[in-house]
Parts: sequence; structure tokens; C-alpha cells
Amino acid sequence: MAFITASWNPLGDAFYRSTELYEMSWSLRDGLRDSLVAAFFMVRFQTSTPDLSPLSRPQLEIYSASGGAFASFPWKSGPVVQLGWTVSDELLCIQEDGTVLIYDLFGSFKRHFSMGQEVVQSQVLEAKVFHSPYGTGIAIVTSSSRFTLATNIDDLKLRRLPEVPGLQGKPSCWVVLTQDRQTKVLLSNGPELFILDNTSCTVVCPSGLSPQDGSIVHMSVSFSYKYLALLTDTGHLWTGLSTLQVSTLLLHIHLFNQLFTCLPRCRRPKSQQPSVVLMWDRLLLVVGVCNETIQYPIEDPCVLVGEMDGVRIISSSNQELLQEVPLVCQDIFKIASMAPGALLLEAHREYEKSSQKADEYLREIKEQSMLGEAVRQCVEAAGHEYDTNTQKSLMRAASFGKCFLTDFSPDQFVTTCRELRVLNAVRDSSVGLPLTHTQFKQLTLQVLIDRLVYRQFYPLAIEICRYLKIPDYQGVSRVLKHWASCKVQQKDLTDDAIARAVCVKVGDSPGVSYSDIAAKAYECGRAELAIKLLDFEARSGEQVPLLLKMKRSQLALSKAVESGDTDLVYTVVSYLKNEMNRGDFFMTLRNQPVALSLYRQFCKLQEQETLKDLYNQDDDHQELANYYVTASYREKRLEGRLSLLQSAVDEYNKAKNEFAVKATEDEMRLLRFQRKLDDEKGAGLLGLSLQVDTRGGTLLSLGLHKQAEQLYKDFRVPDKRYWWLKLKSLAEKEEWDELEKFSKSKKSPIGYLAFVEVCIKCNNKYEAKKYVSKVTPEQKVKAHLAVGDLEGAADAAIERRNEAEMGAVLSRCSPSNSLVIERLNRARAAIAKK
Amino acid sequence: MAHSARRDSPELPDFSILKRLARDQLIYLLEQLPGKKDLFIEADLMSPLDRIANVSTLKQHEVDKLYKVEHKPVISTSDQLCFLIRPRIQTVKWICDVVNADKVPGKSRRYKIIFTPQKFYACEAVLEEQGIFGDVTIDEWPFYLLPLDDDIISLELPEFFQDNFLAGDQRWVRTAGSALHLLYSLYGPFSKVYGIGRCSKMAYESWREQVEEGEQKARQAEIGNVFLIDRDVDFVTPLCSQVVYEGLVDDIFRIKCGCVEFGPDVTSSDKSVKVMLNSQDKVFSEIRNEHFSNVFGFLSQKARNLQTAYDKRRGMDIKQMKAFVSEELKGLKQEHRLLSLHIGASESIMKKKTKQDFQELLKTEHLLLEGFEIRECISYIEEHINRQVSMVESLRLLCLLSITENGLLPKDYRSLKAQYLQSYGVDHLLTFSNLRQLGLLVEQQPGETLTVMESKVGKLVNDKTAGKLTDAFSSLAKKSNFRALSRKLNLVPKMDEEYDLRVPRDMAYIFSGAYIPLSCKLIEQVLERDGWMGLEEVTRLLNGHEFAVTGSSGVDSKGKNDTQRIILVMFLGGCTYSEISALRFLGREKGYKFIVVTTAITNSSRLLEALLGNHV
Repeated sequence: MAFITASWNPLGDAFYRSTELYEMSWSLRDGLRDSLVAAFFMVRFQTSTPDLSPLSRPQLEIYSASGGAFASFPWKSGPVVQLGWTVSDELLCIQEDGTVLIYDLFGSFKRHFSMGQEVVQSQVLEAKVFHSPYGTGIAIVTSSSRFTLATNIDDLKLRRLPEVPGLQGKPSCWVVLTQDRQTKVLLSNGPELFILDNTSCTVVCPSGLSPQDGSIVHMSVSFSYKYLALLTDTGHLWTGLSTLQVSTLLLHIHLFNQLFTCLPRCRRPKSQQPSVVLMWDRLLLVVGVCNETIQYPIEDPCVLVGEMDGVRIISSSNQELLQEVPLVCQDIFKIASMAPGALLLEAHREYEKSSQKADEYLREIKEQSMLGEAVRQCVEAAGHEYDTNTQKSLMRAASFGKCFLTDFSPDQFVTTCRELRVLNAVRDSSVGLPLTHTQFKQLTLQVLIDRLVYRQFYPLAIEICRYLKIPDYQGVSRVLKHWASCKVQQKDLTDDAIARAVCVKVGDSPGVSYSDIAAKAYECGRAELAIKLLDFEARSGEQVPLLLKMKRSQLALSKAVESGDTDLVYTVVSYLKNEMNRGDFFMTLRNQPVALSLYRQFCKLQEQETLKDLYNQDDDHQELANYYVTASYREKRLEGRLSLLQSAVDEYNKAKNEFAVKATEDEMRLLRFQRKLDDEKGAGLLGLSLQVDTRGGTLLSLGLHKQAEQLYKDFRVPDKRYWWLKLKSLAEKEEWDELEKFSKSKKSPIGYLAFVEVCIKCNNKYEAKKYVSKVTPEQKVKAHLAVGDLEGAADAAIERRNEAEMGAVLSRCSPSNSLVIERLNRARAAIAKK
Repeated sequence: MAHSARRDSPELPDFSILKRLARDQLIYLLEQLPGKKDLFIEADLMSPLDRIANVSTLKQHEVDKLYKVEHKPVISTSDQLCFLIRPRIQTVKWICDVVNADKVPGKSRRYKIIFTPQKFYACEAVLEEQGIFGDVTIDEWPFYLLPLDDDIISLELPEFFQDNFLAGDQRWVRTAGSALHLLYSLYGPFSKVYGIGRCSKMAYESWREQVEEGEQKARQAEIGNVFLIDRDVDFVTPLCSQVVYEGLVDDIFRIKCGCVEFGPDVTSSDKSVKVMLNSQDKVFSEIRNEHFSNVFGFLSQKARNLQTAYDKRRGMDIKQMKAFVSEELKGLKQEHRLLSLHIGASESIMKKKTKQDFQELLKTEHLLLEGFEIRECISYIEEHINRQVSMVESLRLLCLLSITENGLLPKDYRSLKAQYLQSYGVDHLLTFSNLRQLGLLVEQQPGETLTVMESKVGKLVNDKTAGKLTDAFSSLAKKSNFRALSRKLNLVPKMDEEYDLRVPRDMAYIFSGAYIPLSCKLIEQVLERDGWMGLEEVTRLLNGHEFAVTGSSGVDSKGKNDTQRIILVMFLGGCTYSEISALRFLGREKGYKFIVVTTAITNSSRLLEALLGNHV
């Protein structure tokens, strides 16, 4: 126990400890001197400062937090002003000309953007990368003393801040603050302090800091943007809330030669008292509220990285975490502590030594009924400890204490156990993610898995997902997706091998989209692989967009058709229409009947001409002819109509549809015929519909019998129909004499029953009766019935001795026709007898 | 009805939710465009909309004026226009014209297009082409299903038929799938899905896809089995004259969206009356499924009953009279009104249908179905054409002849066609081309058997001249094998005994005992066999595409519980009232309850009018 507190240093009523995280496994030639270092979270990037000598290009090196090399390559672009990391572990290199280059962890270039046109003329003097709830942002100040901000580089919106009065060149120091959802810049120019926001530039004065205290040379803001520290050239250190309102500390420190960095940190979350870490060449100073300081000597040049609960001190040989000892750890490990946790730990220690003292300690805790609290303390403290042995002894003590408790929820214990295992795994120097428990909680597991995935620790990530039982959709599948996207970029493997490997691993895990993986493969220029991967995609609709992008339009079309989604088919069709020349386009459609009919439907309504071309291409003469016929209806002029019909005839001929040829030719003849008639007689027929019979009927009704007869002869209309028509037309015009004449002109091919019926229809019973006698015997009964002559009908039926007909007559009889009924019944009986 | 029916038919699910859902969705969409607005409604959406939300509901949501889309320039003064339309290119083009016309004088309005039941990419493409994509906001009103009655749900998409079967345009398949999915999510899970036909299969697959995409919720199923059937599986049934009351009313007066307009000849006044025809109408609900020959007797009985009820008044004291007036009189008056309407309608039908020609027409139809005296039938049809009785009727008989006879002899085909063209106009050349494509009216291929056709298709597949493949396929698919099917399934009952239409024996009663509708027979057989087992020959004749899938929900067969006996039948391409009557009969016989979902209610005239080629 004594050795745990050995590294503790008191500061006021708190303690600070520094824990060694890693011995750096890198070997740096010149240490960290002359390097531009960006260390965000766990990863560190190092480059030699841009060298003026053209011979030696600066080197860009990327290491893990434990010093394991990720990438190293010579820098070929312009001079770099600032390096930084984004929240998704991408490296930002801000160049002097305002270009920002983005690399991934492995040093491969991803994209770039510019910080604005203005920067191109005036160089970037200084830049800062900052993080806010909106993502990763960049702030720059140019040689024309203007600030430009971008709050989120993934959704780039550049904001040029107002001019700062009296500022020449760069300010003496500045920070970016995020307050009330606004991003502001705090800067000092000599003794003056300004806050710069979107619209204005305001002079501010931190309370308690008088202008006599000198001009501000350094400022630093805490991880949470809550606290601010200012250092003046006279050695005054001011700390307080970043709103500049409340000062908590004003301290005069003797200035050593040069100050490198200062970082105020939030101390205990409960007391909210900040402390500041100052670093000079050979000295690290922690300044607390109580005006006390702790001094750490340092040998090497170091880099400080502020975290939410501590500061990481990176030197060329090792990395340490300087943090305030968490309260619970203080309680347990403080010398002579009587906290329940401390007693429990002691009790367990005695128990392991098989000493009866264990019982005494336990009894003491129990007497205060603090055993539950004791267990909780041990578990919590274990979470904050970095050394696995300490973790173990604390957890064991907790588990020991738990035995004496009933009704104690094991949740906290179990969760902490699991989380510690995960944390220990990722802290391992081969992985190099030195997360504290607090950071882990803040970061969330999801992000941790992302971080592992960015570093390509796929097996570990999957292991963690499975261990913590994260649903596949958020866990394993996500990792597999990243893995597959990474796998397809491996240049040394054949397409087949990769496709197979991906398929075996990914299988049909939920939420992994093969089309996404394929898209990645295509991005890397492996079209063949992309197609192979797409084959695994179960939903054909998903495959289409990528296939289109890959210009595999034929395949895209057939996949779209397969998906059964006509909208998708249509999307592809309209894409193809613009992409291909007409011939190829039609050929493609020809092989896809579904797409073809869809397009035809569209053309019918939108592009009639295209429709014609389509049929032409297909040599579909039948449809082409139909097209001409349809077109002829729309044509008002006779000549136009005839020529279209002639085209139709030609096409029907090609289609060997003789019937249609003849029908169409007839139609043309009919048109000509009526044109002639119109010219001669002014009958005004042209507007009429295209029916031979209607024409004939009209002619008849106009009394143009001769012409009508001519028409029928010309068109070889069967006699029957001619008779029907003439009969009807005469009856309608009530030309009864004419009708009689007609009936006698020759033997009617339609019989005379028709005459009877037509007359009845025209309500002329008298005329109808004239024809009854002419009706053939078979139809006599019907004819008599039609004119309502029941007796006649009965006579005819009896004469023909037809029972069915008699029945028909009977059914029409009303009781008043008793005579007829009687006769019929008799006749029926007579037949029945036979 | 004097049926030996099972009395334990299960209760139907409540479909009024569908209406409420649609109304709420529409109101939500209307509120997306706050302030007063004029609403333009596609003509054939008027009636369905009326069933969902009446004018006052629309007015409540700041709809100022209502217009019918008439493809004419608009005269609205409102600065917000809302269009409620089907996803049709013509209508979208018209909207483009409206918007572009406003642009000329620089009038600025807000436009919103609500497509129902969904939008199509082609429509958006037109908007884009016309340069107004940015000027309008687009929404979808997922109004897939309109319950017409307790057991009839319609998609109200008549164009489904010609788009899908004639033009081969499959854009509505997904709509059908979505409609099924809506039913599934409200009343599912289904325990078994059967189907036959290419379109059915695609609709089924589209639905499955949507099920897999969506989340699964365990619910109490309200619908047991589902049967999907394509209209082109059975063209015979819709081509026959309907003789069941509801079908007859549809044939003669045209029921529109569950509502019929009786003209002056029915109402025996000078006004027309619109009547809703559904199970709420007590008189109608009793006669709708009856063969027409029974209807008069029923109605007169009803009239007598009514008279007796009225007569009760006599000899009542004041108190009884008061009770009578307050309780019964209103119901009796209502019944009286309906009764007189239906009697009027029946008279009007009688006038039209009991004439000699109708009897002969029916006789011809029955002969065609049986396959007797074909020569006589042909000459009857010839006369029909020569006398220009009715363009559509003639066509109907021709089609019926062709389907039942497996195509016409080349000689007949030519001569009938020539006569038809001379009688009704040469422009029907295109009609014939359409009918041929659908296989409704074809020429017999001399000596060509099915196997020859098959090998031909096989060759075509290898040749990959796929454009022609569809034609070949469709002509093969459309190759009717009615005669063989009729024998296999016993569709035409033996005529040796008298068929008592008052006490129907089987579903044939809907066609006077002459023919059991193929579609309904298939459903009966499949339900009986719980699949297609033993029907292999039949499905081969129908050109396959049959399927039977047990639901993933794994509803265990808890015996034959109530839900299992609720069957949803979905007709893709429309169904007739006669078929619905037949299914109702089947349900009563076997203790099922059928719910009919159809893309639209159809009949022979609607079917054929959709195929006429003489309109441009």
C-alpha cells in the first residue's frame, strides 16, 4: 500500500499522481526536437519541421500512443503550419496556403479542401484544430490578421470573422472557445484581450486581472471549454471560467526562461476547481487553487496532451499520465484511511493471510453498516487504477465483501469487471489506447470499437463486441463491414481470393451491405471484384446504382428488372438513354422485354417518334403499321391520313398480314369514295366514323340508294348485311311502300321474320303483319307472337305439332285468352297421346 | 335462402380502419400546405375520395374550392394549388402546362402534387423535363385500399388490367404488393399464401420483400389464408353475361365505386337517384347474390311483408300507434323506398333482358361453354355483327368463341373479322391486334399442338431474341385450353337434370347452372387440397406460375380455428360481381368467409372497352 501512494503529491487537499503509461517503442533520431507534433487522444503524429533545404524533405510519421509505427512517408506538399486529428481519427495537415489535407491513420491520402480564397494570397500564420459537439473544426489566422473558422470539416462552412482593431500580424496568443453553441475566438494583442465572434469583436477584461499585470503571452482552455488560464509576461497566472467572469486563482509565479505550454484542467468534478500544468524546459509545474505548486523535473523536451481527466506527458522515451487521484482512490489508499473501502481492502488482505484480523476489520465495517458502501468503493477504485495487480486486489476485496451481503445488486461489479478487461486489452502496448475509465465512459463503447476499427484491430474489435454481447447489427456487423472494405483494398490478393474471403467471413450477417463493400472495391479501381461482390448482394435493387456507376449498364438493367421495381428499371432506362447512342440503347432494351414495354408505354405518351424508331429497330412491322394507323386518326387532312395509311399498308405487307393490308386498303378506298361523294353531292360524310355500314346507312337515309348499292358492291358487302341495313334504314324513315317494294325485289336473304321484327320495333304492327305470311314455317310462331297475334301463333304451332312452340305461345297467354289456351291444351294432349 | 349452409362462418375483420387510416394520411398531407388552397382531383378519384373524406372534412382543412381535373386551363384564383392525382403522365403533363402558364405573367403560386397511391419515377422525369421540378412539392398518399363493402376491397385501379396484361408494363405490381403488405400489417400474419399467375407471383415477391424490410410484430392474425390470382388465368368468366342480381345491375347500370345511379326509368320519376349498394341496404343484401329469376318473387314477397307491417297500423290504439311511428315507421319507410327502387330496377332489367334476343344470347353462350353446335353459334354471332346490335357485345361473343374453342379456324377468323370491321369500323383493326396479343381472339395454328409451341419457345430462349420471347410466351400463356380445363375441373355441370336456381347446388348457379367459374373453382380446389397437389395437369394447362407458401409466422394449425377460415382472395386485373357471389356461396357451403381484394371491379364491357384500339 505504501508504494501506491509513493507517487502521490499533495496539492492543497488533493493529491496528484503520475502513472507511466508506456515506454515508447519508437526510436527517434532527434527526439522530439524540431518536430511538429499533433497528439489527439491516443495517436501521435510527428514530423520534422519543414526544412528549407531542398535536399532533405520533411518526414511524416504516424505512431500509436505506445510508439508503434503506423506509417511514415516523406512530405511532398507545401509547408505545414499545423497538424491535428479529427474525431474519426483522420489526420489534418493544414498548409501555409490554407489547403487542408486529410490522411487516414495509415498515411493514405483521403481528400483535401481549402480554407478559402483569401488565404491563398495571404498565408496562414497559425492554425488550431478544435473539437466541439458539431465535430472537428479548424481556425486559422492569416498574415492579414483575419480569422477564418470552420466548425465542422465534414460539412464545410467557412466563416470569416470580423477584423480585430489594431492587430498587426498574428496575435500574441489565442484560443478557440465553444460556448452557448457558438464558436468564438479569444485572443490577446499586447495587454488587450478580445473576444471575436461571428459578428463582432469585443474588448474584454478578465475580472481581477489589472492591465498593470502585463500583456498576456499564453492562454489555454480546458478540455470542456469551461476553464481558461492566462499567463502574462510579468508572470501573473490567471485562471477562471472561460466566460472570464469568475477568477479562481491569481498567482504570481517566477518566470523561468521560456514557457512551453500551459493547460488548465478540470479537477475533481464535484469541487470544480481547476489546476494548471505549466511546462518549461526542464520543469513541469502543477498549480492549484490553493496557491500551492508541485514541481516535476523533466529531462527531455516533452509534449503535453490535455485530456478530460488528466494530462498526458509524452517524451521521447516514455509517456505518463498526470492526473488528480480520484477521490475514491484517495479514500482507499490514503495513509491511515478509515474509509470503509480501505478497511475492506485490509480485511481481504488479512483474510488471504488467513489472519483472524480479517474478521475484526469486517466487523468494524459492518458495525457502521457500511459494507455495501465499502464494496462500491473498491469496485469504483478498481476502475480508476491502471495497474492490473491493484485492480485485481480491489476487485477481490469487493467480491470478498459481497459475500457478506444479501440483496446486493451485482451489476456494478459485473460491468466493471467486463469493462476493465476491455480496457486492459486496449491499453496493451500492442494496441496503444491508454484510456482511463472515465474517458471510456465518456467515449462510449461504440466509439471505442470505431477507434479499434480505424486502427484495423478487427479481431480484437469483434472479440470485444462478442464479449460485451453487443447486438450484431451495431457490433460485429459493423466491424465486418469495415474489415471487408479494407480487405478489398489489398492489392496483393486476387479478386477471387478476396471475394471468397469476404463471403466466408461476412456470410449473411445482418446489416452488412455487399453493395457498400463493392462500392469500396470499385473506388479502389477493382471493378471485377466489385461485380463479384455484388453477386452476393441479396437485394438486386441495391446493386443497381453501383453497377450504373461502373458503367455496367446492361447488368444494371437486368438487375433492376430482377428487383421487380419498375421505378428502378425506369431510372436505369433513362440513364441509358442519355449515356448510349440510340442504336445501342435500343439494342439493350431489346434484350429486356420488361424494360422495353415500360419504355414503350412512356414513349406512347411522351415521344411518339421514338416509338416509331423503336419498332423500326426491331423490324416489328406489325406494331409499326399499328403505329401508323393510330397516327392516321390524329391526322385531320385527308391526304395526310391517306399517306399514313399507305405507310401502314406497306408495313402490314412486310409483316405478311394480308388481312390487315386488305382492311387498310379498304379503308383508304372508303375515304376516297366518300371524298368523291362529298365533292359530288355535298353529303358531308368526311367527319363520320369509319364504318362501311354507317356510310352506307347514311347514304340510304339520304336517299342515295344508287350510291349505296355501288358502295356495297365495291366493298363486297354480303347481301345479308345490305338487306339488314336497307331494311332498317327504310323502316326508320317509315318509307313503308319503299320497304314493301324492297321486300319483293327478290327473295330476302335474311328471311322475313326480320321484316316483322323491324316493323314492330318501329311500332308499326300493320306493316309487320304484311310480312307474317312470308315467314318460313319454322319461324311462323315467332312472327305471329311478335305481332301479338296469339291465335295465329297457336294455329301455326298446332299445325306444326311442335310442343315447345305451343309452350311458348301458352306462356304468353293471359287468362282472357281462354279459347286459345283450351285449343292449345287440347292439341298438346293429342300429341301426348301419340 | 334455403341453403344447407354451415352456420358457423367466422366474423370478418373490421376494414373501416383502412378508411380512417387513409383519411388521416390525407389530412396530414393537406396540412403540409397550410392556408387556403384549391384542390384539383383526378376524375376517377372523385368517388373513392368521397368514400374517405367528404367535402366538409376537406373544407375543415382549408380546402377552398374543389375542381375535377379536366385537362383544361385552370381558372382558380387561389395562390395555393394542390393536385390529388394518379401517377399518370398525361395528368402530370397537364400540371406542367398549368405551372408554365402561370410563369408567363409571373404569377407566383405554391403547387403541391399528391400522387396516390404512389409516385412513379416517370412522372418526376416529366416534371424535370418540363423544368418545373423545383416549383412543385411532391407527396405520396398511400391510399391503396378502399373497402367497398364488408367483404370487398378495391384498389380502384382499372388501368392495372391493360397496363399489366396488354402493355406488359409491370409498374403496378409493386403497388399490389404494397396493398397486400398493408393488409398484412393490419390483419396478418397470414398462415398460407397460394397463387397462380405471373403477376401474382411478382406481387407476392414484392410483398415478401417489404415484409423482410419492415419490422416484425407479433399480432393476432385476423386473416388466415391468401389466394392471389391473375385475371388472365380466367378470361371466360368475366366474358359471360351476368345473371345474378348484383352482376346484372353492374352490367346494365354500371356500379361505380359501390354506388349506382338509377335513371328516370327506374325511379319512375324525372329524377335520377344515386344508391349505395352494399350490405347496409337490407333489401339489396338479400337479393344481390340471387339468380335474377328469383329476384322478382323475392321482391313481391318482401312487398307483401311490408304491406303487412304497414297494415298493423289498423286497429292500433293511440299509444301503439305512437310506438309504431317512432320505432318502426322510419325503418319501414326506408325499406319501402329501397324496395321500390329495386323493383323499378328489376323491371327495367326485365324489359331489357327477358326479350327474345337475350334468351338467345344466353343460349348461345351456354352452347359455347359446353362446346355444342358451334356452327349455329357462329352464325348467331355473324347475325349479331351484321345487325350491329352492339359493338362490345359482338366482340364479347367473338372472344368467348375463340377462348372456348381454343382459337378460331382461319377461315372463320378472317370472315368474322372482316364482317366486324365493316360493321363497326376499320379502326377496330387495332382492337383485334390487342385481342390477339392478349390471346382473347386468336386464329388456330393449324396442326400446332402445345408441345410444338413449347419447343418453339425453348428455341427462342436459346436464341435470346427475348423481345419476341414475350410475344411467344404470351401467346403460349394465352393459349386457352378451356375445353380440357372444363373437363378436368368439371366446370360445366351435366345438363340432363333440371337445375333448380332457387336451391343452388354449386357455384354454377351464378350462370344459370351452365358453368362454374374457373377462377372460383380453382380457389375451391386449392383450399380443399391445401395446395396444388393433384392439380398438376390443370396448372400445366394454365401455364403454371402457381405457388403455395406457408407463412413464416409459423401460425400453428390450431385445428381449424376461425381465423383459418377467413380467406383473402386477391384478383390482379379485376373481378366481377358474379365471381364475388360465387365465392360468397362457396363460403356459405364450406364455412369459409371470403374477402375479395381486387384491382377494380370489372365486367365484360369494362374488360373489352379497355382493349378497344379505336380510341386515340
